[in-house]
Amino acid sequence: MTFDIRLPIGLLFLAIGALLVGLGLTADAASLRTADLGVNIDLAWGGFLAAFGLAMIGLTALAKRGAGR
Amino acid sequence: MALGTIDWAILALYLAFVLAIGLLAARRTKSGSDFFLAGRSIPAWVAGLAFISANLGAQEVIGMGASGAKYGIATAHFYWVGAIPAMVFVGVFMMQFYYGSKARSAPEYLRMRFDEKTRGFNAFTFAIMTIFSSGISMYAMAKLIQTLHVFDIPFQHMGLPQAWIFHAAIIVSAVVVLAYIYAGGLKGAIYNEVLQFFLIVAGFAPLVWLGLRQVGGWHGLQVALGPDYTHAWRGMAHASTNKLGVDAFGLVMGLGFVLSFGYWCTDFLIVQRAMAADSMASARRTPLIAASIKMFFPFLVILPGMIALALTASPLAAAHGGPHATPSVAVGAATPAASQGIIPLKVDSATGKPALDSHGQPQLDYDLATPNLLLRYFPTGMLGLGLTALLASFMSGMAGNVTAFNTVWTYDIYQAYLRKGASDGHYLMVGRLATAIGILLSMGAAYLASRFNNIMDLIQLVFAFVNAPVFATFLLGMFWKRATGHGAFIGLLCGTLAAALHHGLTLPDGSIAGVKGGWIMVQHIYPSEMAQNFWTAIWSWTTCFVVTILVSLVTRPHDEEQLVGLVYSLTPKISEANVRWWANPVTVGVIVLIGAVVLNIIFR
Repeated sequence: MTFDIRLPIGLLFLAIGALLVGLGLTADAASLRTADLGVNIDLAWGGFLAAFGLAMIGLTALAKRGAGR
Repeated sequence: MALGTIDWAILALYLAFVLAIGLLAARRTKSGSDFFLAGRSIPAWVAGLAFISANLGAQEVIGMGASGAKYGIATAHFYWVGAIPAMVFVGVFMMQFYYGSKARSAPEYLRMRFDEKTRGFNAFTFAIMTIFSSGISMYAMAKLIQTLHVFDIPFQHMGLPQAWIFHAAIIVSAVVVLAYIYAGGLKGAIYNEVLQFFLIVAGFAPLVWLGLRQVGGWHGLQVALGPDYTHAWRGMAHASTNKLGVDAFGLVMGLGFVLSFGYWCTDFLIVQRAMAADSMASARRTPLIAASIKMFFPFLVILPGMIALALTASPLAAAHGGPHATPSVAVGAATPAASQGIIPLKVDSATGKPALDSHGQPQLDYDLATPNLLLRYFPTGMLGLGLTALLASFMSGMAGNVTAFNTVWTYDIYQAYLRKGASDGHYLMVGRLATAIGILLSMGAAYLASRFNNIMDLIQLVFAFVNAPVFATFLLGMFWKRATGHGAFIGLLCGTLAAALHHGLTLPDGSIAGVKGGWIMVQHIYPSEMAQNFWTAIWSWTTCFVVTILVSLVTRPHDEEQLVGLVYSLTPKISEANVRWWANPVTVGVIVLIGAVVLNIIFR
C-alpha cells in the first residue's frame, strides 16, 4: 500500500498558512510592508495556503473513507 | 535583510517534513525494485508533478528568471516550442517502449534495443553528467545564498566567518537530500518532489502577483519594456532582428526539436519518474499531466525576471536595447536596499569592478533578478516561504540527478561490468552506497566549480556535445527496426564529434576564442551564444541520424522477434477504444498542443 502524499502536503501548508496568518494579524504594518505593497500579503496568502492545506487533508480523508467502503 | 522567527520556523518545518517523508518512504522500501523504481507503484498525478519538479532545479528557477530579464517573453519558447511538444511526444509515442520493455533505466533500454557498447557509452556519459549537473546546482545554490546575505546575521552571532555560509549551504542541502534518498530511494525523492512542487508554486505565485501589481499588470510591463521584450515571435524571421539572435528555423529545429526532445524524451533523470508509475496507462499520462501544467510555468519563472528588469529600468539597460524608463541600478549590491534597482551590475570576481562586455558596456547580473525581487517585495514571513521555495527547487533538482545516478551506476555500470548475478539485497546496498558517493562527488564538483571560473561553461559545453545526438539514437531505435547496434554506436560517436567540431569552428559575436568556441579556427560568427548552441545541436543530431542510418544499412539487422516491445512497427498497438477521452493520451496530447499553440498566438 502507498501512503497518501496529500496528507503531509496538507499538514505542511496548514502549518505555514497558520504561521503567516498569525504574523499577518499581529505584526506591525511596517514589518509587513502593507503601505509599500498595498496589501497584507502575509495574511492574504497565509489564509489561502491554510485553506489549500485543509482541502488536501479533506481529500485524503475522503479517499480513505472511499477505500474503506 | 534579516530573517525573523517565522521565517526560520517555515524553513525548519520544510526540512522536518522532507525528512519525515523520506522516513515514511523508507518503511516501504525493502527491495531493489522499491529503491530504484519506487516499486512501480506511483499514481499518475504524483509521477506527473515529480516529472516537472525534477527539472525545477537552480537552472530552471534562477536561469529562466535571468533569461526573462535578458530576452523577455521570448524565453517562453523553451516551454511553448520546446518542452511541451516533446513531453506530448514522449507520452503518446515513446513511453510505451520505456515502460513496456521493463527496462530499469534508459541506458538499459539501449542495451535491449541495440547492444552492450551503446548502453555503456550512454551509461558512463550520463553518470558523469549527473554528478557534474548536481554539483553545479549545489554550487549555484550556495553562491546565491551567500550573495543574498540573509544568513549573515546568524553567522555573525555564532562568531562564524561569512565564507562558511557557502560551506553550510552545501553541507545542509547535501545531508538532507542524502537522508531522504538513502532511506526512501526513488519513492522518497518522488514524494518529496511533489511537496517541493507545491512549495515552489506557493513561493513564486505571490511574487508574480505583487510584481505585476507594482508594474501595472501585463500592460504595464509592455509599456515599461517595449515590444521586443513582450512579443515572443517578433523579428524571428531573421537572426539579426530579435533578442535571441536566432531565426525561426534555428529555433524550431535546434531548440524545439533537437534540444528539447533530446532532454525531455531521453534524459533518464526525467523519464525515470514516468517509469516508476503504477501502470502503462499512468506512465503514458505522466508527461501529459506534466505538460498541461508546465505550459503555464513561464508565468511563474520568466515573469519575475521581466518584472525585475522593468523595476530596474535604467539608462544602462536602455543602452542595451532594453526598457524605456530611467531610475538607478544597484551597482554591485546583492541587496537591493542599496538602490532603487532590482538587478545589480555584474561584478568581476577577480577585480571587484563591474564586468564589461566586448563593447565595453557594463553587464547586469541577471541571475540575481528573481532572488532580488523576492528580497525586495516579500515581508517577513513571506520571505521565509520564498527562501523555502528556492531551497525546495534546488533540492528537487539535486535529488533528480542523484536518483538517476544511483540507478544507472548500480544497474548499468556495476551490475553490467563489475559484478553480475549478485543478490537483490546486494544491489540495494550498492544503490544506497552509490547515493552517498554520488552526493560526495557532487559536493566535490561544486567546489571544483567554485575554484575555476570557466569550469561551468566547460561542463555545460560537454553536456551539449553528449546530449544532442542521443535523441537521434532513441528515435531511430524506437521507430526504425533496421537500425543496428553498430549503427547506433558509431552514430553516437560521430554526432558527439560533430558537435565538438562545429563548436571549434564557430564563435558567438563578442566572445573570445576558447571555451566559447572557435578553438580550432573561427569559420563562422553567430549573433548570440544561444544561436551557436542551437546550431551545434542541429549539426550533432543530423550527423548522428545520418551516420546511424548509413552504418545500419551495411551491418547485419537484429532478428525481428527480439525487437517486439522495443520498436513501434513490431509492437502490438495499445487499444484505447474503451478509454474515456480525458484518459486517452492522444486526445489529451492534442488538447495540450492546442493550448501551447494558443499561448504562442496570444504572446506572438
